[in-house]
Amino acid sequence: MAILVQFVIGLIFGIGLIVSGMANPAKVLNFLDVGGIPAGTWDASLAFVMGGAVAVTFIGFSRVLKLARPFFADRFYLPTRRDIDPRIVAGPAIFGIGWGLAGFCPGPALTALGFGSVSAVIFVAAMCAGMVLARFVAHLPSLTRLVTPADPLET
Amino acid sequence: MVSTSFTPIASLVGGAMIGLAAVLLMWATGRIAGVSGIAARLFPPYEDREFAGRLAFVAGLVAAPVLVRLVTGSLPVQTIAAGPAVLIVGGLLTGFGSVWGSGCTSGHGVCGLSRLSVRSLVATVTFMAAGMATVFVMRHWS
Repeated sequence: MAILVQFVIGLIFGIGLIVSGMANPAKVLNFLDVGGIPAGTWDASLAFVMGGAVAVTFIGFSRVLKLARPFFADRFYLPTRRDIDPRIVAGPAIFGIGWGLAGFCPGPALTALGFGSVSAVIFVAAMCAGMVLARFVAHLPSLTRLVTPADPLET
Repeated sequence: MVSTSFTPIASLVGGAMIGLAAVLLMWATGRIAGVSGIAARLFPPYEDREFAGRLAFVAGLVAAPVLVRLVTGSLPVQTIAAGPAVLIVGGLLTGFGSVWGSGCTSGHGVCGLSRLSVRSLVATVTFMAAGMATVFVMRHWS
């Protein structure tokens, strides 16, 4: 039952990505293209995606987190770290470059697979390789002494 | 460059659905709806027993366009202008960076900002700035 519910939640998330326009890399790149503002080609739509998502999540989280426990789990798994370490800047900086190159972030890339395009398959294969590499590097014994470990609960 | 039209209503509605999914996942499993974390943990090393649920969530993401096509008979336009080389480099950087920084647009952008997390705010501002800088270089410096 919990598995089926998570499938349906993924489905709602994916439909939201499609309806909002996030599943279209051209729209994402036109949003990121602030240099296109003078020419009028800037597409501000994605600010509305973020606004709608954060508004609903902010209200929803404040209610859900008042519950004693989640429906299918024994407790809430919330990130606890508050420090600003190099990884919280370096990671998103690297991710942002990848996002700006192709116009895909992880969610829309996975949903793009269902559109049936070969380009999405290529991107997702490379993205998975990058994810595995990052986890491998983070777990290297020589690095764990130098780099603060990631918060396992933070996404 | 392919021009796209400004769609504030559809984007707001779609964004609200993304938010609804994030709230439902927190209600059901008690976990943050961060796609990079969920996808990355489909690969070893495995730290918990949530594999099946994560796979189901990702399957839902992939099945969404299939369902939309079944119900409405068509899919919205999707334009992927990048060639194979850019897709591979972009994919590697997106995968590596999102895991290295413990989150992407959903985990830090949607869930983190909603939790008023300063770490997520730093991450979100950084990837937006890096994305904008990259597009600026690609489109206006050549």
